[in-house]
Amino acid sequence: MNIDVSTIFQIAGIGIIVAMIHTVLKQMNKEDMAHWVTVIGFVVVLFMVVRLLNDLFQEIKTIFLFQ
Amino acid sequence: MDILQIVGIGLLTAILILVIREQKPMFAFLLATFFGIAVFLALIGKIGGVVSMIEELADRSGIQSVYLKTMLKIIGIAYIAEFGAQIVRDAGLDSIASKIEFAGKMLILVMAVPIISIIIETVLGLLPAGGGA
Repeated sequence: MNIDVSTIFQIAGIGIIVAMIHTVLKQMNKEDMAHWVTVIGFVVVLFMVVRLLNDLFQEIKTIFLFQ
Repeated sequence: MDILQIVGIGLLTAILILVIREQKPMFAFLLATFFGIAVFLALIGKIGGVVSMIEELADRSGIQSVYLKTMLKIIGIAYIAEFGAQIVRDAGLDSIASKIEFAGKMLILVMAVPIISIIIETVLGLLPAGGGA
């Protein structure tokens, strides 16, 4: 019974920072760079979520006898 | 107190999502998904305790293990389908969410077929043989 709050803050922080970098790069007329930053940030966060989802599915498999 | 912890983290996550949704809706969606998974993962240990108690009870009362396995699988399918449908519905895709729920219902029905057939056979066995009079 322990939720890792730090990861939630991490995801929110990545989102805010990526939004900031996106705005700055857009102001500097580098649209393509801005889009790449968004995509890379999204992939990083997606990895965190997918790893946790894998844990969840393994737990459900073991508890509900899905072997 | 676990419930205080979960309510606090839920409020915190809601505020963070409201902040991020203005800039990047994708990150807000991933944050909501992450919170859902984390709560599920935190509670699944307790569900495991309940399941093991049910198993012990079934062992003691001598129920065939096929019934219990099927029931647990059905509960698991229901949990997963509900969870996935809720997350997809959060993203605003109601049609895909209802398809997930439909698939869950169908798979539960398929799992229940052996039990239904056993029930029908039992009822047929109770009826008087011959069936003429």
